[in-house]
Amino acid sequence: MKALSQRRRHPLAAVALLLLGLLVTGGLYAVAGNVNEAKAQTTNFSAQDIEEGEKLFVANCATCHGIGAVGAPQGAHGNQAGPALIGVGAAAVDFQVGTGRMPMQMSGPQAQAKPNQFSEEQTMQLAAYVASLGAGPAIPEEDLLDVAKGDPAAGGEIFRVNCAMCHNASAAGGALTRGKFAPALAGVSEAHIYEAMATGPQNMPVFSDANISPEEKRDVIAFLKTIEEQGSPGGFSLGSLGPVSEGLLMWTAGLGIVIAFTIWLTQRSS
Amino acid sequence: MSASTDTYVPKTRVGRITNFVDTRVGGSSIVKEFGRKIFPDHWSFMFGEVALYSFVILLLSGTFLTFFFDPSMAETHYDGVYVPLKGVEMSVAYQSTLDISFEIRGGLFMRQLHHWSALMFVASVSFHMLRVFFTGAFRRPRELNWVVGCVLLILALAAGFTGYSLPDDLLSGNGLRIIDGVIKGIPLVGTYISLLLFGGEFPGTDIVGRLYVLHILLVPALILLMIAVHLFMVVVHKHTQYPGPGRSESNVVGFPIGPVYAAKAGGFFFVVFGILAVIAANFQILAIWDYGPYDPSPVSAGTQPDWYIGWVDGALRLMPGVGEFVIFGRTISLNVLLPALAPAGLLFTLMFAWPWIERWVTKDHREHHILDRPRNAPFRTGIGVAGIVFYSVMWAAASSDLIATHFHVSLNDVTYWLRALFFLGPILGFIVTRRICLALQRKDREIALHGRETGRIVRLPHGEFIEVHEPLNDYKLYRLVNFESPEVLPAQPNKAGHIKRSEKLRGSLSRFFFEDRVAPVTRAELEAAHSHHAEVEAPAEKAEVSGR
Repeated sequence: MKALSQRRRHPLAAVALLLLGLLVTGGLYAVAGNVNEAKAQTTNFSAQDIEEGEKLFVANCATCHGIGAVGAPQGAHGNQAGPALIGVGAAAVDFQVGTGRMPMQMSGPQAQAKPNQFSEEQTMQLAAYVASLGAGPAIPEEDLLDVAKGDPAAGGEIFRVNCAMCHNASAAGGALTRGKFAPALAGVSEAHIYEAMATGPQNMPVFSDANISPEEKRDVIAFLKTIEEQGSPGGFSLGSLGPVSEGLLMWTAGLGIVIAFTIWLTQRSS
Repeated sequence: MSASTDTYVPKTRVGRITNFVDTRVGGSSIVKEFGRKIFPDHWSFMFGEVALYSFVILLLSGTFLTFFFDPSMAETHYDGVYVPLKGVEMSVAYQSTLDISFEIRGGLFMRQLHHWSALMFVASVSFHMLRVFFTGAFRRPRELNWVVGCVLLILALAAGFTGYSLPDDLLSGNGLRIIDGVIKGIPLVGTYISLLLFGGEFPGTDIVGRLYVLHILLVPALILLMIAVHLFMVVVHKHTQYPGPGRSESNVVGFPIGPVYAAKAGGFFFVVFGILAVIAANFQILAIWDYGPYDPSPVSAGTQPDWYIGWVDGALRLMPGVGEFVIFGRTISLNVLLPALAPAGLLFTLMFAWPWIERWVTKDHREHHILDRPRNAPFRTGIGVAGIVFYSVMWAAASSDLIATHFHVSLNDVTYWLRALFFLGPILGFIVTRRICLALQRKDREIALHGRETGRIVRLPHGEFIEVHEPLNDYKLYRLVNFESPEVLPAQPNKAGHIKRSEKLRGSLSRFFFEDRVAPVTRAELEAAHSHHAEVEAPAEKAEVSGR
């Protein structure tokens, strides 16, 4: 102990301290990162899937994402036709291709959902190829998508804190800047909701397993599916858009019907 | 003293009971006085009634809700039937609103009826005020009743806002947070007012209880009082009427209250009730279970106030993030205070003061019981439309995010456009509206002088072709020619012979308002036109007086 205190003013003491700090931080980060990646790759794809996937990728995706999915070169303003896909994982492919967002129909603020361009098998092959390029989030197992096992009330709280600011508290969607938007979540499959949280497509942030655990993600899915299935207890929901659509109904149909009655009531005279 | 009452002996039992009551409370004189009040008939006159009926429905449905609502912000864990909220921590107020919605028989219907009626109440008040403004019904002797109406509008907004905040759901909490921000933006005293109002740091545990007292006691009491004053003045002033044959400044043409209007109005109450009940039974409003309990951390996308507060929210959304500066170590946050108060202040000041502004500019101190058709007062109609545009731009801004998502445009572009329209819209609205009014007046003048074009071309014996014009009947003609058109009144010197600066301003305003005008058709012009159709085409054009 005495030796340590005597050397505290040694010229290299600061350097040693810094090294120690870096080692601890880096070590902790590596451990934390591994926690996330521990669940990253669970599905095993066959070599044939990967091979077929590569063919599909070269034919359909490489125009923007580059051969080998290394990404297109950056333009003058930092624009890029397509980002590198190494390490995005099978989940990202299953979401983007499975919802029809990829291949992209046209350039724009963000890729829009449309009818699928690939069959389920082809999507799986593409996912296999991209997953083979680097570790990333995997397609979730059935168990994590089982709504019956989730707690909708807990999911609702997670949803309101993490998701509602973009997707709206009743999951009706909302606007983002410059033409970007968070879509409505009704009709989105369980797997795609999970994958969106895990991979953060378009402008969505990634909710890693350390942030929202797989079980909590299942709760969120359970919440979304519950409110989707229950419908609107009070009658027509008017798009679940809140006071704007309610005010619109009052000023159009509400006042319109009242005006019709006032005209009818005062019709005979004057 | 009792000789007159004793001599009348009723023959039937009903007659005896009626007579008994009448001789003690004097009902027949009240019926005689009010039952013979004459009201003119026009559909646009009925929106005050709609507002009154919506208010009655609000009282009825609101009373039902108070039986079950608990305005406490104590913490509890939900244990009701709504699964997606089971076990969630929430306030008692929110829980009791959920119970009203899901567990009390008819509760959801009553909640929705109450909310829809509130929307209808403010909408019909607004519509009623617009009718009064555009027809000039606020002129002498009704200026004070106009002011009472403006106060009623503000009270209606207050009632709506305090009610909106009661369920303590996420949406209402977000709304309260904005109010808290605006209050805190007041220089020097803002923080203290906020602490007082919320009983501590936002959101505290007091605000729902306090708003509840305001919502169910103070504000409705004030509204009732103002309605009483409002209706009393209507009785004193008598109702206005649209111009027409036989209608003058000294009479009212229409039906008496008893029995015609009593029956119509009574029936109309049930019509309004029915419409609102159908809407409440079929359309969901404020799905508080979707929003979840209030928690200061989450803010949902698509958070808007009810439509009548929307314009203030829109002004906040339009304000660029400038105007915050530090003086003597204190932050002055005009970027919140300015949009929240300035447009509302401007609009309400102009609204309250308009009867006096118009009287000052026109120097017209006469009583008016005959209404203007909006086209016959182009300056006023223009100003009114400018106000509507100003309001609507802010109103639209409150739903800028929904405009962006539903029309697939950029949210930023929507904001930029609305910012430009905030300044340009009212000006354009005024110019375009006044031009349209003048054009309609010219069209009226044409029709009054030459009749309606029939489209029938006739060839005369000497070869000339003419189109046959069909003259109007006297009723229609009267409507087109019987109106007043104020002329420019230049600045007048006072008794000392000076033209004061305020008088100069009045003179230039008068020129601005009335320079372009279309004169009413005179009797001479009319007779000339009817006897000599073809020749008067040209002179009639000259008869249009221009202030230039």
